[in-house]
Amino acid sequence: MAIDLARWGNDLYAGRRSYDIVGRRRYFFGASLLLSVVSAVLLVAPGLNPGIEFRGGSEFVVTGPASLEQQTAIDAVQGISPEESPRVTTIGGDSLRVQTARLSDTEVAEVRDALAEAYDVTADDVTSSFIGPTWGQDVSQRAIIGIVVFLALVSLVMTAYFRNWRMAVAALVALFHDLLITVGIYAAVGWEVTPATVIGFLTILGYSIYDTVVVFDKVRENTADTLDQSRYTYGEKANLAVNQTLVRSINTSVVALLPVAAILFVGAFILGAGTLRDIALALFVGMLVGTYSSIFLATPLEVALREREPQQQRQRERVLAARAAASGARPEGATVPTTSADPSASATDGSDALPVGRSARPVAPTVGALRPGQHRGTTAQPRRKGRR
Amino acid sequence: MLVVALLGTVLAGSRWSDATLTPQLALDLEGGTQIILQPVTTDGSEVTSEDIQQAIGVIRQRVDASGVAEAEITSQGSNNIVVALPGRPDDATLDLVKTSAQMQFRPVLTYGAPTPVTATETPAATPTPGSSVDAGDGTAEGTDPAATEGAATEGAAPEGAATEGAATEGAGAPVVETTQAAEGTTLSSEAVATATEPAPDPAATDPATDPATDPAASDPAVDPSAAATPPATDAGPTSPSDAAFYLTPEVQAAYEALDCTLPENLTGGVNGAADAAVVTCAQDGTVKYVLGPVEVEGTEIDSASSGLRTTSTGATTNEWVVTLDFTGQGTREFAATTERLVSLTPPQNQFAIVLDGLVVQAPSINEPIPNGQAEISGGFTRESAATLANQLNFGALPLTFEVQSQEQISATLGSEQLQRGLLAGLIGLVLVVVYSLVQYRALGLLTVGSLVVASVLTYGVITLLSWTQGYRLSLPGVAGLIVAIGITADSFIVYFERIRDELREGRTLEAAVDRAWDRAKRTILASDAVNFLAAVVLYLLAVGGVRGFAFTLGLTTLIDLLVVFVFTHPALVLMSRLRFFSSGHPLSGLDPRRLGAPGPRYAGRGRVVRPAVGVPDDASSLGDERAPVAAGARRGGATAVSAEGLTIAQRRAAQRAAQQAATDDDGPSTSTSTTSTAASSTSAPGTSTGTAAQDAATQDTGLTGRDEQGSTR
Repeated sequence: MAIDLARWGNDLYAGRRSYDIVGRRRYFFGASLLLSVVSAVLLVAPGLNPGIEFRGGSEFVVTGPASLEQQTAIDAVQGISPEESPRVTTIGGDSLRVQTARLSDTEVAEVRDALAEAYDVTADDVTSSFIGPTWGQDVSQRAIIGIVVFLALVSLVMTAYFRNWRMAVAALVALFHDLLITVGIYAAVGWEVTPATVIGFLTILGYSIYDTVVVFDKVRENTADTLDQSRYTYGEKANLAVNQTLVRSINTSVVALLPVAAILFVGAFILGAGTLRDIALALFVGMLVGTYSSIFLATPLEVALREREPQQQRQRERVLAARAAASGARPEGATVPTTSADPSASATDGSDALPVGRSARPVAPTVGALRPGQHRGTTAQPRRKGRR
Repeated sequence: MLVVALLGTVLAGSRWSDATLTPQLALDLEGGTQIILQPVTTDGSEVTSEDIQQAIGVIRQRVDASGVAEAEITSQGSNNIVVALPGRPDDATLDLVKTSAQMQFRPVLTYGAPTPVTATETPAATPTPGSSVDAGDGTAEGTDPAATEGAATEGAAPEGAATEGAATEGAGAPVVETTQAAEGTTLSSEAVATATEPAPDPAATDPATDPATDPAASDPAVDPSAAATPPATDAGPTSPSDAAFYLTPEVQAAYEALDCTLPENLTGGVNGAADAAVVTCAQDGTVKYVLGPVEVEGTEIDSASSGLRTTSTGATTNEWVVTLDFTGQGTREFAATTERLVSLTPPQNQFAIVLDGLVVQAPSINEPIPNGQAEISGGFTRESAATLANQLNFGALPLTFEVQSQEQISATLGSEQLQRGLLAGLIGLVLVVVYSLVQYRALGLLTVGSLVVASVLTYGVITLLSWTQGYRLSLPGVAGLIVAIGITADSFIVYFERIRDELREGRTLEAAVDRAWDRAKRTILASDAVNFLAAVVLYLLAVGGVRGFAFTLGLTTLIDLLVVFVFTHPALVLMSRLRFFSSGHPLSGLDPRRLGAPGPRYAGRGRVVRPAVGVPDDASSLGDERAPVAAGARRGGATAVSAEGLTIAQRRAAQRAAQQAATDDDGPSTSTSTTSTAASSTSAPGTSTGTAAQDAATQDTGLTGRDEQGSTR
């Protein structure tokens, strides 16, 4: 596997193999839009299921129980309301506190009886009350203020660093896309939203931007001299950058996802409901989507924005004109691509590493590669007439 | 070395302290103390749920301000507040939660050093009033109780000009050089007002003994409303600032006896009677005060906030201020108070903000404030401004708290959760190790090593912080740390992939490491900066659990940077000098052939570097093959040079030779050489480039050959 990946990486780096991600951005935009819409619907239809920490709930205190075994209480509560995952705490050494989501009055009575029976006390020794949220409005409000300020600052920082606001816009769009899909999937799974989940979402916030910045850094490096040459368009250069970072993106996401997957597995299948499971699901989905969006959403979007710039448009025309001139000798010269991609690129996303279209290449050499990053070796050297 | 030193420090820090070698755990993992508070309104009204929400917010702020421990604060039933603090919190933290907060605004009648006055010649009937205060002179010295005697003359000097007898009577009275509470704090209604410091106090406040002959001290006379009414001890008070009325001998005696340096006098408690003068201390025990009756209740504060002062033009200065908004009634009361106080002489132009019986701040009034929007400025730091605003907000709550119960509670999550979580993390780590070894071969070892260094550092720092800062690790925190593995490893991956890219360009390993580091450094810095920004912003702005998360994020980001810069990169530079790596051993993960480095590369000065093209497993031969091949003699010697590794000039020469061979029939020598090069190239397995002859003949064939080779390899 490793060998394949390394060789695949070589091909990607050298441009021998190239996935036309930027050129086919419409498909990816469509896919992202679809996913986002589905997530938005999921957020409305099943909706999120906020936990005790957000909604408050019911609290039972068992005074002088026969044992302080916590599992007994969990079993008792789940006997009444199977969905519940109560939090059980010993208080002061001789009483137990059981917190559940908000229950109806009849359920409260039932749980009380069940607890009394389970711990071998009278029903009078079990008191119940409602508790308010530990994660109240004020916490959420402050967190949202923090996020908004962070997003504003990060836009400024990215604009300054990349010297272009379009990258910041693309990164933010990708970020919202990631968050929306993560939250949507969380809603679809239907697990309770706990503070751990929210912290998972916040981690995604950081990770998504982080991953996008890494990809954009390569894009920026590759496209720095776009306007000084007339061989490739901005989109082609950006596409090469994405292809070149593909191996890194895969490696990073695998390395990041492995521990998360381990936690998710242990949390979901061994421990059941709990902090670990919640945070791991949010992270797993978020990191996956975050990596995807950096490559397939953020970069194409950035290119789409960039190519609206007048100077980029002029440059593109120059490139296309130069290509048309170069292939003017060809009979099928009219098929010079109008999209940002080389015609051969679209055909090479299979296992075939050979650029197709070679056969169509005229004997008259085109100077230089048609895809950025492509190496044509000595053939790219200008041929000089013998001087001696 | 640096890492080792750092680790040593961290470990030593943990060793020689009361701290354990494991970090402290948060509420969900360790349990803690639960306090149930019942709020009681001071004015007998109903406790609304809004009040409870506000109280929860303020308690949370107080707890957060004391460290990064995550406390759980919630309402219970309709009118209880449950506060759960991790571990066994100390009394200070508990007090923070339990403190019943009542705030009042009272005028300052006089103030002085915190120590009791031990005046020898002061008769009981004529109490010593002459506390000369040189408040806010900008020096940062605290009060020096020992200087009481010696400072008396100093204190007398400014007074002498204004008062005759009071100054001499004031001998033996303490002098406050600078106090925390009164240090240059001024109050103005407008942002443009600069912080002026109270002038040295010339006024001896002893109108009771000699009001007529002491115009400077006869404050009521300055008060326009009371100008015509000379103070009389048998009449009612002319204003709450009427020192003559309120500074009774009893008050004076109590004032003199009060010792604010004693801790028991600084615990606060109930505020004194609202309509009488009170004697109290500043919160930090550096000043003691005699205060007039309550003028504005703290509940009349609508809101208070801290921030940087903005001038009337909207520009932001870098001076921290606290802004206050009063309610309707508060505005009227405060306007009346400020209007009266502004014309008084120091210290009576100050009003004291009293919280729980202790003076928080005693700003002086610069101008009347009719609109209920006040701004307190002068000598604040960001923290102290935030604290004051916080306290003012807290004072707006008409609540006191009764502690219902205080009990130990167990962890909400069983130890099982932590163990399984750690186990999961361990499994994840092993998987990461396996993956990076497969992907990066020996280079993967460096990843693993760096991760180990990072985890040890993280562990050390967390242990250290839980000891010094009260940081506590919760289960989300543990999960966050496990996730941080990914982000940390990404730095290495970015770096390694960069190196591979440079190798693909055909550089030698050392050059590739140099160049890759230059570029990877930027990427790593930029992306980590974003993460760190997120951490800092969330830490500063958010509360509760989000704050703990932000702290962990920032910590791991910094450690990531540290490890990459001081461990991974230097280690890689060292490794790149090892033969095992520089020769591109297949197990090193930096094998140029597998990375598809282009064929020969011109190395300058007529030399060419060929990548290893031999049998992959034969490492010993690789070194030889990578050695630069000296180009043969230029003239006429082109054909003698190995076909691979031709410079442009040599290729051209070969081309010329071939053309010559074609045109002239002078074949033998050149044709043999051509075949020999062809033979040499085909004999080597896995040859990467076409021969020079092929290149020279048809360029397209050469290209096809290369590409085919690329696809079959």
